[in-house]
Amino acid sequence: MNDFKEILDQYSWEEVQTKIYGASDQDVHHALNRANLTRNDFMALISPAATPYLEQMALKAQQITQRRFGKTIQLYAPLYLSNECQNICTYCGFSMDNKIRRKTLNNTELLLEAMALKSMGVNHVLLVSGEANKTVEINYFLNAIELLKPHFSQISIEVQPLEQEEYQLLQAAGVYAILVYQETYHREVYKKYHPKGKKSNFDYRLDTPDRIGRAGIHKIGLGVLLGLEDWRVDSFFTATHISYLQKQYWQTRYSISFPRLRPAEGSVAPNFHLSDKHLLQLICAYRLWNENLEISISTRENESFRDHIIPIGVTTMSAASKTNPGGYVVDPQALEQFEVSDERDMETIKNQIRKMGYDPVMKDWESNYSGLVR
Amino acid sequence: MSTLQIADRSFASRLFMGTGKFGNLNEMSAAIQASGSQLVTVALKRIDQLAAHDELIAAIDLTTIDLLPNTSGARTAEEAVLAAQLAREALETNWVKLEIHPDPRYLLPDPIETLRATEALAKLGFVVMPYIHADPVLCKRLENAGTAVVMPLGAPIGSNKGLRTLDFLEIIIEESNVPVVVDAGIGAPSDAAKAMEIGADAVLVNTAIAVSNNPLYMAEAFKEAVIAGRKAYEAGLGPISSRAVSSSPLTSFLFD
Repeated sequence: MNDFKEILDQYSWEEVQTKIYGASDQDVHHALNRANLTRNDFMALISPAATPYLEQMALKAQQITQRRFGKTIQLYAPLYLSNECQNICTYCGFSMDNKIRRKTLNNTELLLEAMALKSMGVNHVLLVSGEANKTVEINYFLNAIELLKPHFSQISIEVQPLEQEEYQLLQAAGVYAILVYQETYHREVYKKYHPKGKKSNFDYRLDTPDRIGRAGIHKIGLGVLLGLEDWRVDSFFTATHISYLQKQYWQTRYSISFPRLRPAEGSVAPNFHLSDKHLLQLICAYRLWNENLEISISTRENESFRDHIIPIGVTTMSAASKTNPGGYVVDPQALEQFEVSDERDMETIKNQIRKMGYDPVMKDWESNYSGLVR
Repeated sequence: MSTLQIADRSFASRLFMGTGKFGNLNEMSAAIQASGSQLVTVALKRIDQLAAHDELIAAIDLTTIDLLPNTSGARTAEEAVLAAQLAREALETNWVKLEIHPDPRYLLPDPIETLRATEALAKLGFVVMPYIHADPVLCKRLENAGTAVVMPLGAPIGSNKGLRTLDFLEIIIEESNVPVVVDAGIGAPSDAAKAMEIGADAVLVNTAIAVSNNPLYMAEAFKEAVIAGRKAYEAGLGPISSRAVSSSPLTSFLFD
């Protein structure tokens, strides 16, 4: 079996782009009427030709999602550990060249933030940090997980790419999911947006889900930063990556997120705009193509979009998020990674989910499942 | 209609229900009540053991319904055994629906881990109800391991595809010394009735009721279908013939 780099290298960005934009009405019809969709069908569904069929796609996405996941939405909240970072990412508020106050939570602060989340009813937490390999590294994460494990049933992390052995340590410590976004599958464009730091190594990042998979982590979260490059082509490669991973690591769950570039301190404006309509099309296309994929929506998206997407295809939402270290109680003024768009509190969001006929689920994991020696 | 005996309990209703996928807890509790079910499975991972009061459990009428904790989410025998032990503590029952599906896509049960966990749990005194493929040989192995019932699937879980494994279910029912509960894939009341007609001892339904536009009504429909199917089985269905049989063309010469 080839590794994913070899698979990716078999494709030409331009050829994929031409194929997607050349999809016909008939291709869309076929995709909509097939029971098991291929990645060619996925291409048709994200193409401009499919946009007029959005209502049909949404209806189908709703039926599939309800059958597979029920009328439920899982809720989680992020806990930002640190905004220290040695990377330059031209779109990110934490970028090394941004002259902002840097902060890394100590044990006391971490627990204060955790208790604030607990008091909001949060049971699934996502730990997030910049990439500061000297200070916020594996031992820092292991310590944080040890402190937090008694308080949360599910701990996931979204930090810099690590080595397989480090992922094994995280798995043993009780981490449930690891999220790592490729940002873009366009090698040259990637280089442009990530000029400095460890993150500038495209191939190391590309290989990260394999290292996570080999470490036996329960769930891997993937995605691209929508706005860096043509979202259609990037999404095709994301789907290709997922399809490869599902065959390699068949015991792993996969989730997809849709970070759209949001305004951040000192950052550049997005090159490619992804409208609400097209984001919805993309979400539906993923659902129709892959019935089992978990689909996550963050507070980057606005209230109205988040409310309306509840019955269409999402399975997981973050809520009441603060995207700065200490943002809940310790240091609410610290700089955010990105501007949160949906600022409603947890109760309001739970009530909104109920109003849409869905059950907001705060706990759907047993922390004792994570970390058992396999 | 005869009652169903599993371990030390007897059930008048042969319809077991799941608690997942409902849009809200009122809907769930109304549907369970309408189904007449006396055994309802609940995922340990959904229960907040630290909370003094779990909303999901509170929505179930425990005066008429027994809880059947399940180990959904476990990937190995060890995880499942631990889950069963936690559930025994949290819900005060030694019954467990053993679900080990390391494949998170189709939630297909792992026969090897399931057999190992059944052996371990039976030794620990649990009433084990394992979710498995419709594999007649595995069923016999589970019997030897001390399982209380077998719960073969009709189709992939949550698929509503019906009894795709019909031929194997018939073999299992024919050979089994323990009750056979058809667990997954039952999408319509007619599927449930069919399972009962071929002699299944009970069925477990969740998705088809929970995701219906009217879960309460659908629960009633399943209740009636299960009763109808069971009665037909007990009455004995007539043989199916594709043509009318009026004479005995091969043997009539004997009487000429």
